[in-house]
Amino acid sequence: MSSSPTNASCRIGVITFPGSLDDVDAARAVRRAGAEPVVLWHADAELHGVDAVVVPGGFSYGDYLRAGAIAAHQPVVRAVVAAARRGTPVLGICNGFQILCEAGLLPGALVRNAGLHFVCRDQRLRVESATTAWTSRYSPGAEIVVPLKSMEGRYVAAASTLTELEGEGRIVLRYLGSSPNGAMHDIAGIASADGRVVGLMPHPEHAIDPLTGPSADGLDLFRAVVEAAGERYGPLSSTA
Amino acid sequence: MRNPEQPQPYRELGLADDEYARIQQILGRRPTDAELAMYSVMWSEHCSYKSSKVHLRYFGETTTEAMRRRMLAGIGDNAGVVEVGDGWAVTFKIESHNHPSYVEPYQGAATGVGGIVRDIMAMGARPIAVADSLRFGQATAPDTARVLPGAVAGIAGYGNCLGLPNIGGEVVFDPSYAGNPLVNALCVGAMRVSDLHLAHATGTGNKIVLFGSRTGRDGIGGVSVLASDSFSVHSGAHGGDHAATRRKLPSVQVGDPFTEKVLIECCLELFGAGLVVGIQDLGGAGLACATSELASAGDGGMRVDLDAVPLRAAGMTPAEILCSESQERMCAVVRPGDVDRFMAVCTRWDVTATVIGEVAGGERLVITRQGETVADVPPRTVAHEGPVYHRPVRRPSTQDTLQASTPERLQRPTTPEALRATVLRMVASPGLCSRAWVTDQYDRYVRGGTVLAQPHDAGMVRIDEATQRGIAVATDCNARYCALDPYLGTQLALAEAYRNVAVSGATPLAVTNCLNFGSPTDPGVMWQFEQAVRGLADGCAQLGIPVTGGNVSFYNQTGDVAILPTPVVGVLGVIDDVRRRIRTGLGGAGDELWLLGETRDEFGGSEWAHEVHGHLGGRPPAVDLAREQALGEVLAAASRDGLVSGAHDLSDGGLAQALVEACLVGGAGARVRLPAGFDPFVGLFAESSGRVLLSMPSEAVHRVRELCTDHGVPAARLGEVHAAPVLEIVDVGVFDLDELRAAWEGTLPALFGNS
Repeated sequence: MSSSPTNASCRIGVITFPGSLDDVDAARAVRRAGAEPVVLWHADAELHGVDAVVVPGGFSYGDYLRAGAIAAHQPVVRAVVAAARRGTPVLGICNGFQILCEAGLLPGALVRNAGLHFVCRDQRLRVESATTAWTSRYSPGAEIVVPLKSMEGRYVAAASTLTELEGEGRIVLRYLGSSPNGAMHDIAGIASADGRVVGLMPHPEHAIDPLTGPSADGLDLFRAVVEAAGERYGPLSSTA
Repeated sequence: MRNPEQPQPYRELGLADDEYARIQQILGRRPTDAELAMYSVMWSEHCSYKSSKVHLRYFGETTTEAMRRRMLAGIGDNAGVVEVGDGWAVTFKIESHNHPSYVEPYQGAATGVGGIVRDIMAMGARPIAVADSLRFGQATAPDTARVLPGAVAGIAGYGNCLGLPNIGGEVVFDPSYAGNPLVNALCVGAMRVSDLHLAHATGTGNKIVLFGSRTGRDGIGGVSVLASDSFSVHSGAHGGDHAATRRKLPSVQVGDPFTEKVLIECCLELFGAGLVVGIQDLGGAGLACATSELASAGDGGMRVDLDAVPLRAAGMTPAEILCSESQERMCAVVRPGDVDRFMAVCTRWDVTATVIGEVAGGERLVITRQGETVADVPPRTVAHEGPVYHRPVRRPSTQDTLQASTPERLQRPTTPEALRATVLRMVASPGLCSRAWVTDQYDRYVRGGTVLAQPHDAGMVRIDEATQRGIAVATDCNARYCALDPYLGTQLALAEAYRNVAVSGATPLAVTNCLNFGSPTDPGVMWQFEQAVRGLADGCAQLGIPVTGGNVSFYNQTGDVAILPTPVVGVLGVIDDVRRRIRTGLGGAGDELWLLGETRDEFGGSEWAHEVHGHLGGRPPAVDLAREQALGEVLAAASRDGLVSGAHDLSDGGLAQALVEACLVGGAGARVRLPAGFDPFVGLFAESSGRVLLSMPSEAVHRVRELCTDHGVPAARLGEVHAAPVLEIVDVGVFDLDELRAAWEGTLPALFGNS
């Protein structure tokens, strides 16, 4: 239905943990961006040769411990950590962001919202960094609207970490308007030092079609990785 | 019983003398402890519908063959199922969890969601959306500040973790709910028609598998104690050591949404692999209910060994195991040759599963524990042949006084200043203000199929990405109208839910309900109930859409004072292509605004009379279901041909409220001149039924007017949408949208804290 260029050779893994919820949405976004989604099972240490990995939202293992804490120790996450160290692009969304922090791929932590309620809203965001593997299709400073829906979405980190993130341009997305959760420096998303691993609390996979989301602003995150893979593999083919 | 002379505590279990005598007669002997517990929970009001049954039959009597055409399962099954086209079927149901939600708002509301979701799974469907119809005491009452945030957090905590979008519902405040809030949870599921699973235990030798959570001592007596007796008299736990009255854990169950999420995925994989012959969820009355219902709906005979049930507490008696309401459990009937594959799927999802029995010849449900038979009963007598009461029904003498107290003598605003002030006051009132404080705690996006959710009039989800087919659902009930006239009030609830589905562009197909009333021993309450059932059934017959299921909740009262009669009506609709859905907000600048339907001087039970004068009296607005149907046909055609840019139903608060909401939701201003023929107050605040506000590009106006003429629906031009962020109502005043938004959105955060 969409006229996105497709790159049949680009395969993006989407992990399913028990309690993952937005894995179907992430897979849909991957497909809409023109790549092939590959199901990665939590108990499986194998990434099946995917070009990139999405760690989706949800409540892995119920988040009955700290959010993301149990998932971070599953076999598939160990494989993701190893792949990330080799430069494979990894995107953690919401619970996925929490998992990447717990796994040590990203600094800081996500704690309970300042208002102590679950917050679901269409969130205005500013793209602060367009140099990561996932945000290269945005203009720096672009404003986008993407759903935010989380209970533990308040980003916190040591002062030195925040200085480092700000200094190195690793803050990827910032909340605009009144803070939804009290995040430090209004941080909605950050990147690893090499810009290959990105974690964000808002859900770009819910903003790929104005019919079912507030906008289609989130689709470019997925397209960026598909495009980069296309450059590696050769020209994109186009389908109607 | 060890000692046949010892009296059995049947009264403490909620059984009447004649009910106990009947159990002895059925069995030809004294019941065992386990049997007594089973009968007591299954013959409770909650499980047996003993007071409502004689009235509910009327639904069946009024459902014609034509209305049944799309119905694949109906009343008596776990949930109604209707065919919606392209080989898809949809199942939906609302259920109350009122009493637990008062005792423990978070867990009460959370397990309400969990229970209704399992009902939907028990039909073989994937749950695809939830909605909640909530009623609390006065917004400013101190206890509302305990109950509302707790219940909302419970629904959010459970539903969000389950991964189901919350797409609608209601929040209503009235002092009558102060000691008895209503938490009615709705779930919608979708499946291929060929995948329908009914709760039957057929095929001698087939295995009974219990899977999901372990069975503990939580929720024991929940059914009989919480749902079958008023709080003021629930002193059932006397000091004896009888198993079922020995409540060591609270009677409100504790939910584990993660386990339920895994159970959903596990069930769907089991269904997909064809490993399930019959399935039943475990809800009220736990295993006692599941085994007796499965057996009596199947061949009749079943053997169950309680030693095989995985327990989470030591020393549980057979009665406790049978009546435990531990959450997140399902019971399946599986062919012996499929058991290994069934277990393998459960292992993959880390779901505990155990064979606890098998379908047997004969017509007895035989339950054993440590080699001893603890129950040996004809299952139909437990599940389906419970007592039936013809409770006295009497129209209360106070009804005439109530209807005589008409709103005509209430002081009405007349000057533009007073009207303007009334608009702002009404918009900010707890009855009409924005529900975002509640609904922003719910995930409406998960699964990526939500096309409409709050604040839209109906929730809509896509069920097929290839064809864009979708369903819409709305729940409504104005209990003040029902108090004034329960027959008409219930028809008004049906009309509103029907209209809310129609304004989304969907075609209404089926009806469910959750009938919340006071004590059935009060003849006045039974009169309200009887009138409500008749009103709903007659209304559905007129609209040609069937009631596919429902739920009755009695004993909603504090002391002798019952809640307002609250028959919540849910309507399900289908839309061929969700891309043609109609949004509630106004369209673009330059679009014309039209009002469809007739406005009359109708204020009985209105929001204005309630908010400004604290008045309840007179007659509810007139109902014209033929008009509602005509309106629905106009809207369906308008959606199909893409004629309108926005549509909003008029209900509580009248045209003023509809205009404000349409402006704020659509983010556009408007200039409006009230139709001539009545004073501006009536034009703004009357709650006449059968009306819709439309916005449309001017080139569509001719065609829409033709449609209205063809269907006999009056239409009047109100004005136009404009780019300036103001709502101007000629001869009343000009409102800044920011001013309206602050009034509309400020109330609940001010009462319950910023989120």
